[in-house]
Amino acid sequence: MSFKQQKYFYGDIPEDNTGENMSSPKTETKNEWPLWEVFVRSKQGLDHKHVGSLHAADAAMAMENARDVYTRRQEGVSIWVVESKHIHASNPEEAESFYEPAADKIYRHPGFYQLPDEVNHM
Amino acid sequence: MVIQDFERIFQEKIDNEIKIEPKDWMPEAYRKTNIRQISQHAHSEVVGMLPEGNWISRAPSLKRKAILIAKVQDEAGHGLYLYSSAETLGTSRDEMINDLHSGKAKYSSIFNYPSLSWADMGAIGWLVDGAAILNQVMLCRTSYGPYARAMVRICKEESFHQRQGFETLLVLSKGTKEQKDMCQDAINRWWWPSLMMFGPKDSESTNSDQSMKWKIKRKTNDELRQQFVDMIAEQIKLLGMRLPDNKLQWNEERKHYDFGEINWDEFWNVVKGNGPCNKQRLAARNKAHEEGSWVRKAAKVYADKKLKHKKEKIA
Repeated sequence: MSFKQQKYFYGDIPEDNTGENMSSPKTETKNEWPLWEVFVRSKQGLDHKHVGSLHAADAAMAMENARDVYTRRQEGVSIWVVESKHIHASNPEEAESFYEPAADKIYRHPGFYQLPDEVNHM
Repeated sequence: MVIQDFERIFQEKIDNEIKIEPKDWMPEAYRKTNIRQISQHAHSEVVGMLPEGNWISRAPSLKRKAILIAKVQDEAGHGLYLYSSAETLGTSRDEMINDLHSGKAKYSSIFNYPSLSWADMGAIGWLVDGAAILNQVMLCRTSYGPYARAMVRICKEESFHQRQGFETLLVLSKGTKEQKDMCQDAINRWWWPSLMMFGPKDSESTNSDQSMKWKIKRKTNDELRQQFVDMIAEQIKLLGMRLPDNKLQWNEERKHYDFGEINWDEFWNVVKGNGPCNKQRLAARNKAHEEGSWVRKAAKVYADKKLKHKKEKIA
């Protein structure tokens, strides 16, 4: 049998045209439900934390799906869902200049101040 | 900056164990490799529900049925975590699902083998999930952030899968002669396909190892496979069963188990679509997707309608 000699890893199966090729499925493309980001508070007193995302038709469905997908083992006591398009993110390419103002202000950190040892617990 | 600078910075991050996040610059090939690998992984979770779903209605007790449903539900969740992380790389859910259903995208070949007896539920949990876990534990440290985070979540849940599988076999191994035979038969059928899950031998590689350089993978196929053999060869003693390999024996010098040659013709045949269940699996996926089509449409129309009413109320 002849096949391309190439290294493939588990979970990385070669793409070729010799596989099963059924006729194109009759699926509605570009009719996806919107994408939602999910935030879960794992226990009372803690922040909500981003855990992942999912597709849902509306907020109520997003909430129920989030419960089923991200809290099956009691991982949460509160859920936020936000439609992904409403999230604005900072640009990593501008990170250097964006965060630059904080770089030269070491006096904001407690270790900047040299105090005598006698001053305990400060 | 020119492209070489971007590539250098990218590789420096990788070398320094800094994760790559969705909005970071990345080589196009890195993006494509990740999309392919993550979506194949997602497809494997989704198709992986089929051989087990086959036994939900025939589980031997209510307890086993509840466990199996929970496990299959987990696999659906794992598929979702993975699809979501692939979507952060700029592909769409529809596109990935379409590629799976048209046969263009691949999934793990192991799921193209049939689940013939109840003992297969044990063998799948123990061997198939066991093999998957070794890979997934490694992938918790993969260089692409969203993929790594999905893997951490998945690994937390996988351990239950493997344990319930081993326990299922343990119960059978202490049962009647028929139950013991069933247990051994399932191990016989799932052993070699499980070894194939790790992919071709390292020596068959002629390509430079880009996935390792990019730290998408951190161990080679043969390393993971050896780790798996060493683990299973010990665990099977507790079952009082045997692995179907006459060449399996401890090598004191290597401090590893030696094992026989895998049937690579069979491996490539199944990858190319000629396995025992390739057609069935894709047909089942397509059928489920088409039959669910009206639900997806109805939910969307309902959501749009509710939104319209809300707007009218405000106006």
